[in-house]
This record gives sequence, C-alpha cells and structure tokens, in this order.
Amino acid sequence: MATIVEGPKPLTMADLKGRVDPDWCPGCGDYGVLAAVQKALVELQIPNHQVVTVSGIGCSSNFPGFIETYGMHTLHGRALPVATGLKMANHELTVLVTGGDGDGLGIGGNHLTHTMRRNVDLTYIIMDNQIYGLTTGQTSPTSRLGMKTKSTPFGNVEGPINPITMALAAGATFIARGFSGDQKHLTDLIVQAIRHKGFSFLDVFSPCVTYNKDNTFQWFRPRLKKLEDDAAYDSTDWLAAMEKSTLWGEEIPIGKFYERTDLPSLDQAEPVLQDGPMVGRAAHIDPALARSFVEELM
Amino acid sequence: MSHTFSIGIGGAAGQGVATPGDIFAKIFSRRGLHLNAYNAYQSIIRGGHTFLTIRAGVDPVTNMGDSMDLLIPLNQDTMDRHLRLLGPGGACLYNSDSIKPGELADGVQLCALPVSTLADISRNKVAQNTLAIGAALSMMGIGFQFLEDVIREQFGRKAPAVADENIAVARAGYDYATQNFQAFARPLPRTDHQYAVLSGNTALAMGGAAAGVKFYSAYPMSPSTGVLHWFASHGRKAGIMVRQVEDEIGVVNMAIGAAHAGVRAMCATSGGGFALMSEALGLAAMAEIPIVVIDCQRAGPSTGVPTKTEQGDLWQMLGAAFGDYPRAIAAPLDIGDCFTLIPEIFNVVDKFQVPGLVLCDLLLSEGRLSVDPAVLNFAPPVDRGEMIIAPNGHTEGGYKRYKITESGVSPRAIPGIPGYTHVVASDEHDEDGVLISDMYTNHARRRAMMEKRMRKEQGIAAAVPPPVLQGPTDADVTLIGWGSTQGVLSEARAQLAEQGITANQVQIRWLVPLHGDAILDLLRNAKRTIIVENNYSGQFARYLRSETSFVADGHIRKYDGEPFMPHHIVEAVREQLAGEATLSVPGHEIMV
Repeated sequence: MATIVEGPKPLTMADLKGRVDPDWCPGCGDYGVLAAVQKALVELQIPNHQVVTVSGIGCSSNFPGFIETYGMHTLHGRALPVATGLKMANHELTVLVTGGDGDGLGIGGNHLTHTMRRNVDLTYIIMDNQIYGLTTGQTSPTSRLGMKTKSTPFGNVEGPINPITMALAAGATFIARGFSGDQKHLTDLIVQAIRHKGFSFLDVFSPCVTYNKDNTFQWFRPRLKKLEDDAAYDSTDWLAAMEKSTLWGEEIPIGKFYERTDLPSLDQAEPVLQDGPMVGRAAHIDPALARSFVEELM
Repeated sequence: MSHTFSIGIGGAAGQGVATPGDIFAKIFSRRGLHLNAYNAYQSIIRGGHTFLTIRAGVDPVTNMGDSMDLLIPLNQDTMDRHLRLLGPGGACLYNSDSIKPGELADGVQLCALPVSTLADISRNKVAQNTLAIGAALSMMGIGFQFLEDVIREQFGRKAPAVADENIAVARAGYDYATQNFQAFARPLPRTDHQYAVLSGNTALAMGGAAAGVKFYSAYPMSPSTGVLHWFASHGRKAGIMVRQVEDEIGVVNMAIGAAHAGVRAMCATSGGGFALMSEALGLAAMAEIPIVVIDCQRAGPSTGVPTKTEQGDLWQMLGAAFGDYPRAIAAPLDIGDCFTLIPEIFNVVDKFQVPGLVLCDLLLSEGRLSVDPAVLNFAPPVDRGEMIIAPNGHTEGGYKRYKITESGVSPRAIPGIPGYTHVVASDEHDEDGVLISDMYTNHARRRAMMEKRMRKEQGIAAAVPPPVLQGPTDADVTLIGWGSTQGVLSEARAQLAEQGITANQVQIRWLVPLHGDAILDLLRNAKRTIIVENNYSGQFARYLRSETSFVADGHIRKYDGEPFMPHHIVEAVREQLAGEATLSVPGHEIMV
C-alpha cells in the first residue's frame, strides 16, 4: 500500500508576513526592500525558523518586526557584531542584517569595516536614503555635498562616503547596489547575496519620501544603469569594480559590482567549528583535558 | 598565620625578572608550600622598574605581606629602592661587579656574587639571575636537584644545551653560596601537598571554561588581557570560540549575539573598555539575553595607571547603561574565587536572563596564588534556566518570548526552532516582542514590562547568599571590605589579635544584590566599624549608605596604585581606635 508522505509545506509570502504592518511613511523606499527580501526567501525556500534578521536602530532597522523570521532589534550601529556573534555560535542559521546608512556607515562604520575584512557569512542590506529619517532629517554619511538638511540648513560642507568603494577596499567578497524601485532586479541581487558564502554587502537606494527631497525615486530612475546590461563588465575584476564604483551623477551603476568565491568565510576558516556549531555542545569539557589544564599550573 | 618567607626580585623591564619568579614559584609549590606573588611594574616593554614579590609558607598566603627576607636586585636602582626594607635575618644577593650596596639595617647579610668570575657573562646574558637563584636555593636549604629539574623543564625540550649551561651556572651560584654565605635561620619547610599556581586572569578564564563558556570575545586591555591569552591558547582544544574584536563595543555585542544563539558567552576588559560596553548591557537586560562581563579594574580615571590596581569602578558598574534594569554584580575574594565565581554567576544570569558583571582588579588578575587543585572543579553545576532548545508543543496561541510571569522570567527559545519565531528587541516591546515604543506608546504595557523585568531582582536576591561575619562576634573593631581585600584584612586581623585588639570582618562578594538587611544585622552590635577599600572616595561606603543608611565610624582608603599591606591596616586601625583619625590613607613604602 502506498503511503503518501507529506513533505514540508513550501514557504510562501504569507508565511513571511510580519505580525504588525510596517510603520514607515507611505511611499517609503523601505517597503520595496522588505518585499524583495521576502520574495528572495520564497525563491530560496529557506524555512523562516532558520533565518534571523538582525537590525540596528532607525526607520529601516524596524525591519525585523515586519517579517516573520527570528529577529533581533539591537542598538544603533551594533547589528553587525551582534549578527557576527550569532552566526559564529550557530553558523547553520541564515543571518540577514538590515539597517540604514547612518546606522551602518556612521555610528557602525568601524564594525562594518571589520566585518567585511573578516568575511563573516552574513547578508548586509543598507537601506540607503542619504538622510537621517527617524530623527527627522539631518545629514547622513551618504548625504551629498551641499545638501540642505535640518543639521545643515545652509548646505552640507562635508562630502559623502562611497559605500561601494569602501566595501571593495575593506575586502567584502560580494558587493552590489540595488534600487527599491526595481523589485525584480533587487530580489535577484538579494538571492545572489544570500547564496554567496561570505560577507555580502548590498547598498540599496531606498528613498526617504519625507526628508530627502533631492534623491527621490524620480531622481534615481533615469540615472540608474544596470551593470548586467554591460556584457563586457566582469564582476570578478576588482579594479574594474573600483572604477565603476566611482561613477556618480548622470550615470549611477546598480547591480553586482564584485564577487569572489575563493576566500573561506569566517565560519569555514575557524577550526573550532570543524565539529559543527557551538550551540548544542556539552557544557563540561572532557575531564582528561580539564586535568591537563590544571597540571600545566603545577 | 605561621612563618612565611618572602623574596623580592627587581630590575628594569626586559632584564628577566619574570623567569626567576616563575622558577621560585614552581619550586615552592612543588615543596607543598602556599605562595602569593605580586608584580609591581609599569606600562613599558623595556626599562623602568619591575619588582616582583613572592611570599611562601605552609599555610595559605593571602597577600604580599609586610616584610622581605631575601632581596635580589638585578640593577643598582633596585638596590637603592629596596635594600632598606630588609630587616634582621634578611639577606641581599647581588652582582658585586656592577651593583653597590647602600645603607642597610643591622643583622642584614650582604651576599656579593662576583658574577664575572663565576660565569662567562659574554655567553650568558642572564648569568647574574641564574647565579642568584642557585645561591638563594642553597641559603634556603633546598637541594639543588629541585632547581635542576625546573631549569631542565624550562629549556629542556627545545634546547638541552642551553639547559645544561644554565644548570652549570646555577650550580656555581649554589656552591658559592654554600661556601661563602650564611644560610637562613629557618630552612624552608616541605609538605606533601600539591598546589596549582595561577593568576587571577587564568582563573577567570578557566572558570569560564568550567562554566561551559563557548564564546569568548575581547579587545586587549591591561590588566584583563591574560584572560584572552588563556582562551586563545586553550580554546581550540577545549572547543571554545575566541574572537579578538575591533573594540569593546563590538566585543560585548558579539557576546550578546552568541548568547542569543544559545551558548554561554563571556568577555573581559578593564574600566575603559567597560565604559564602552555599558550601552550594550542595557540591550542584554532589555532583550533578556544572559551574558557575563568581567571588569579587571586598574587605577583610573581615563587611561589612568594601566599597570596599577584600584577598586574604583564600583559606581561605574552600578550605573552602567541608562534606565533601570536588573543585573548581578560580584567581586571575587581571591584568585581561587576568580575561578569558582564564574560558574556561579553564569547560573544566576542564565536563570534570570540578565547581564552579570564581575568586578575583579589588577591585584587578583595579575597576581599569582597557590590554589588547591580541588578548587579548580571543571564539572560544576550548570543551570541554563528556562531555555527552549527543541519544539515542545506549547506554542498554541503563539509563543511569547516576553511572557509576563510571576518571577519575571519568560522561557527563552533560541533561534532555529520551528514554531518559535520571534523578535528580541532593544526598544520596549510587548510580551510577543512587538515594539510598543514607535507605533503607539502604551503606558500600561510599558509599566507591565518594566515590572516584569524588575521582578527578577527578588529572585536574584534569593539565589545568592548574604555575607557572613568572619572572626569573633564580640570584637573591638569590625573591618568591612569587598572583593580582593579579603586576604589582607584577614591577615591584619591576626596581627591585631597579637597586639591585643580583636577584630572581625564582613567581606562583600555579591555587590548586587547587596543583602542590606543581612549586613545591618551583622553590624548591629559592632563596637567600631571601619570600611577598607582601594579607592579615593569610599565607593563602597557610599553605596552601603545609599542602600542601608549605614554610616561607618571610620575609613581606610588607598589610591596610590599599590595594594594594601597588612601593616597598613593594623596601623590605621590603631590610629582610629586611639581617636586620632576617622579616615586613614596609608602611604606606600615600596617605591616602584
């Protein structure tokens, strides 16, 4: 007699719907990022209990509350070290890190640099709106020179950081730029980023409709050029990626700038993980080993 | 306390003070003697002045003591600074080629070693050290074989020729002393005991390993770096992940991430690094993620005196991070306790899902003590508290990570389990983890969540023992200390007793919860109370007053960077009993 074995139900968008609706302003770019992440997880069919979404603080950092996975809402700028600790204690989890440009490039800039060089297997999405939104509109590390904000009412005299150039210099192994207004393209980038074994960095233009009147959806659309449309572009060529990363103005490239797959991620490089994840191991160490630790002192 | 023997070895950093120290420590512990070692040094790699004190005896040696029996100055500077500390019966072993003795007390034996005639100094740069060790052993009445074995261990495997050469030099010193110097009146005794000799930092690290720590993160900072070094060199074998992080903010946040994944996570730093960690302690408390953070205090404020001890971070710990939250704070009483406290505090923080803070100091962290190996128990009780590590079927109606309970503790599901997805949050949140701070602020729910977390304080208070009274109940004076002053206060009490003054002691180990009522009970009939602490402002005295309204009769404080010696306490107590002072600040006589 044939037995029908019911496999796990496929993951759907409904499974990933958060318990509360996002509290972002109507029209905010972050809605598009949330939808793209959900679509990417559906495409990859990673069960939602095996996913942890970690964020810092800011409008975009409320993200974990709006998706049904495990989530951590941490401190301003500190999502990456928290996510690193989590991943290294249980590297079988898929860990996504979400936050804004102020959170990741401002207060968390030091952690970002070091997480990149460590090649921790995380997918980090910066929802880059070039402004501080939750604090009602001050200049951010990606605000353009001359931009008028509440903290720079006469125009910003500081130039912006270039997140892509920075990521290339710091040693990230997957680097891409997306646009909240292009769902299909963004979803595809997120799928690739999660699949990449190592640190994946995604700078996503996610316009702030309330406080940034300069870098709007309308401003971006005609300027964005997909790297994928350039048949000659080789995303394994670091120098070519560096050159592309500096383009800004009438033409702004989006897509995958760079990927290398020859470097081990931190969990692969860490010998102590050769026996499996840290979590679930016996509390007490081997008595003979413990005895040898004491004998060293005698 | 029975007779002790104390050796002081001093020189410039880089002259090799540590090696003779290690050799003496090893020989003493192998002869079944207890020992205590304290190294006074500065934050430089070469030069300056380093002075190591090793004190040994048959009974536990709880502190560096008051006097010295043998001085080994490796340079003129050490001779000039320390010779006058030797009393009758003492001896000074020195290189007479390069060092000139100064004024000395009656009954002190000057033992001149003609180093260049006893050894080939062009071949052996540390000949004066090795000769002095050999000579010292002869004068202590210890057979040469002990020294030969230790030297062979030190060099043996790597370079047998170097070992042979050093043994020959040590032998020359040993024989020269036998012929030319007077042996110490009391040869060093021997017992059948065997002790482990370790620093507080090693004890903290091993205590972590024993507690089941699987994740240790750190940024190097004196005097806590030894904890990182132990984990780095032993973690791989023991299956413990060790991470050196870009700063202490990253350190503590990584520990929080690892702890949330379900492992025991710990980190250690000093006051400056702890200051950087404080915001994250609030996160650990708010998200209810248990971690243990160790602060090995050094003299502050700011970078302060990186290589000197102080008990100056108590209020930093009490006030670390903004807002009210439950926490546990404990100060180990000695180096053995650095080990035993860690599994204990982990059980508390796991059970109550709060941050646990350990207030150690340089005196313990970098000091060395002989400890009975039985104290170093690698199989202590481990209580992880209410943790959900596999589906248990109790999720009807949805799993609530922050379920309101009478104890304030909510069962904690670790990520990866089907059916328990939830968000842990830094913002105020509802029972199910949904933020209540941004979308709508609900005062009733905020109050309920605040009270839920704070209810844990009652459980923590019941889970840790109150302090006890040490010594006679009816005493002339009651000494109150906390943490690392346990040993020096207990020896001071013994010295006071010899002088006809009875003293008892209340030593605080758990600072939070404080058990104020129990302390008041202990102090109710005290004739005269004196609070002793290694800081300027009387941080514990102020804390005790704020919690209990108790005001002590007198205070003994020291904030010059060096630890108390027993006679500092004795003299201050006598001064205060004579009505000459209510605040004594002993001066430190060893100039380092």
